[in-house]
Amino acid sequence: MSPPTTATTERTDREGGPPAVFSITDVSVRFGGVQALSAVSLDVAPRQVLGVIGPNGAGKTTLFNVACGFVRPDTGRLLWKGEELTGLRPHRLASLGIGRTLQGLGLFDRMTVLENVMVGADRHARTGFASALFGLGRGARDDAALAARAREALAGLGVERYADRLPGSLPYPVRKRVALARALVGEPELLLLDEPAGGLANDDMAELGELIRGLTDRMAVMLVEHHMDLVMSVCDDITVLDFGRVIARGGPDEVRRDPAVVAAYLGEEVGDDAGDVAGGETGGETGEETGDRRPGAGE
Amino acid sequence: MPTTTETAEKAHAAEPRGGLRRRWGNSVLPRHLTLAALGLLAVTVVLETTGSFANSQLASMAYLGIAAGGLTVLTGLNGQLSLGHGAFMAVGAYTTALFLDGDNPLPLPGVLAAATLVTLLVGAAVGVAAARLHGPYIAGATLALAVAVPGVVLHFDRLGGEQGLGVRMPETPAWVLDAAYFVTGSELNPTKYVAYIGWAALVVTYVLLANLMRGRVGRTWRAVRDDEVAAEIAGVHLGRARVLAFVVSTACAGLAGAVMAMAVRITAPSGFSLTLSLTLLSAVVLGGLGSLTGALIGSALLTFLPHLVTGVGVDAGLTDVRAAELAPAVYGLTMIVVILVAPAGITGTVRNLWRRRRGAA
Repeated sequence: MSPPTTATTERTDREGGPPAVFSITDVSVRFGGVQALSAVSLDVAPRQVLGVIGPNGAGKTTLFNVACGFVRPDTGRLLWKGEELTGLRPHRLASLGIGRTLQGLGLFDRMTVLENVMVGADRHARTGFASALFGLGRGARDDAALAARAREALAGLGVERYADRLPGSLPYPVRKRVALARALVGEPELLLLDEPAGGLANDDMAELGELIRGLTDRMAVMLVEHHMDLVMSVCDDITVLDFGRVIARGGPDEVRRDPAVVAAYLGEEVGDDAGDVAGGETGGETGEETGDRRPGAGE
Repeated sequence: MPTTTETAEKAHAAEPRGGLRRRWGNSVLPRHLTLAALGLLAVTVVLETTGSFANSQLASMAYLGIAAGGLTVLTGLNGQLSLGHGAFMAVGAYTTALFLDGDNPLPLPGVLAAATLVTLLVGAAVGVAAARLHGPYIAGATLALAVAVPGVVLHFDRLGGEQGLGVRMPETPAWVLDAAYFVTGSELNPTKYVAYIGWAALVVTYVLLANLMRGRVGRTWRAVRDDEVAAEIAGVHLGRARVLAFVVSTACAGLAGAVMAMAVRITAPSGFSLTLSLTLLSAVVLGGLGSLTGALIGSALLTFLPHLVTGVGVDAGLTDVRAAELAPAVYGLTMIVVILVAPAGITGTVRNLWRRRRGAA
């Protein structure tokens, strides 16, 4: 473990950790009369999986949108590898080395799987408009390199045989992998996963868990997820949000026993039968309830 | 972590290829150039074997085709619906008329380039504004342009008001006449000359557009069309992609306007009414959005269908006036049938059928 740096010493609860690759510091967001986030801070250490959990409407998606530049925080700072990100715009993420998947997949429906992933690899392209216009060999070689990268990324997730298909014709778990391949092909140093397990069956989820753990030799991962068993099994660290505030942070076992967390999840034990707690009916009710109280806090 | 060059080399090593192939990489340019050469050959044969009237019709098809090609890139590939491409054609046409007006006009390629460039600049200004709008609002803004431009023209005496400007075609250069006589063995009349210019311009435009569509730029445009949030996260600057598509598209419209001015020999506000913009759009929809072949088929239909239908009407015993009224009706019916039966347009439907057959086999 390396000694704490300036980026982490500010944070009393994370002293002693390795220097963070990405930090959110005291971020607050208001939508009209709704306080979606208040003074939220978190650090993502290199090669760490950080989970962000909380009842529906707790501000998880808003937090993600702040991290991606879709929502500008009213106060607070974002730090990327120790440097402050000011005026972050979503299209800059890829070149910074931040990848993200979307809850709704967001695949390009009228493009083949390969082309979908090639768009994700675009930051590796070097040639510009002129060589594309005149069809110069340089542009074509660049494109071949992008296609090779894209195939590699698809192969890494075991879905390269669908390269020439349109996403709409594929089963949901395959489409999820394509979306993940599109985020991974840019070789990010931080991957933001927005509900990666949504819509997956239990077997697929176990595979997904292994896959996410496998990513940590290349990048840090921050994920928002409802399925507690997945979160508990893959995350090194967990930050729990409720009503736009951080109510707990720590390792899975710490968080599971934290009284504030238990209270937030309506007194049910966090982690056992976890799917029912957050993803199932109870979670749904919580969502409705909190959703009513904070309509702007979601997406 | 593999670097770009390593990956590129891997891609190269994966496919053995000959000298020429290595030189071009996986370039689509040779294919496009071959198609272009074949196209020019076909055009030459057709123009030389048909009469003056057919030649002038083919010139109309060329300028409709150029503009429709630009529009299909914008609407089909980038998802921006423009109802104002007729206005951009007007910009190109008036620029051409003014450039040809002097005593020593530029050579024709220079005039075509100037018209394209001027329209491109106007398109860039409009495109920057349009990039801030979405879907129907872009359509609305460009619709306003289509209505406004012919009206604005009336306020400038230099532009000839309602009567418009006559377009003075320069003398066909002697070397062109000699070359034409040498190749075809017949005299080159001015109508045929304009038709050749139009088709040469179309072939060049289509090669460049096809290059763009196949490569990285086209892929970015389609990504923005399909899901802008996902495209943005993947690193695409939405505004830049939209403006680029708009500028490329309007440059085509400008070139089309220049060819139109030369073919019609007059640029008047009535020639650039809203109908022209809608005609272009229907050509693109009929042929199949996002396909250059479709744009060409659409412009052929719009050029030849009215005359064909009128001819059939006269043969069936209708008076000339009645027969002429038949054309818009048939045209409207065709549009309805295509949208009901083949919403993907002609090329799109053929492609889908082919895919299904291949999938079944």
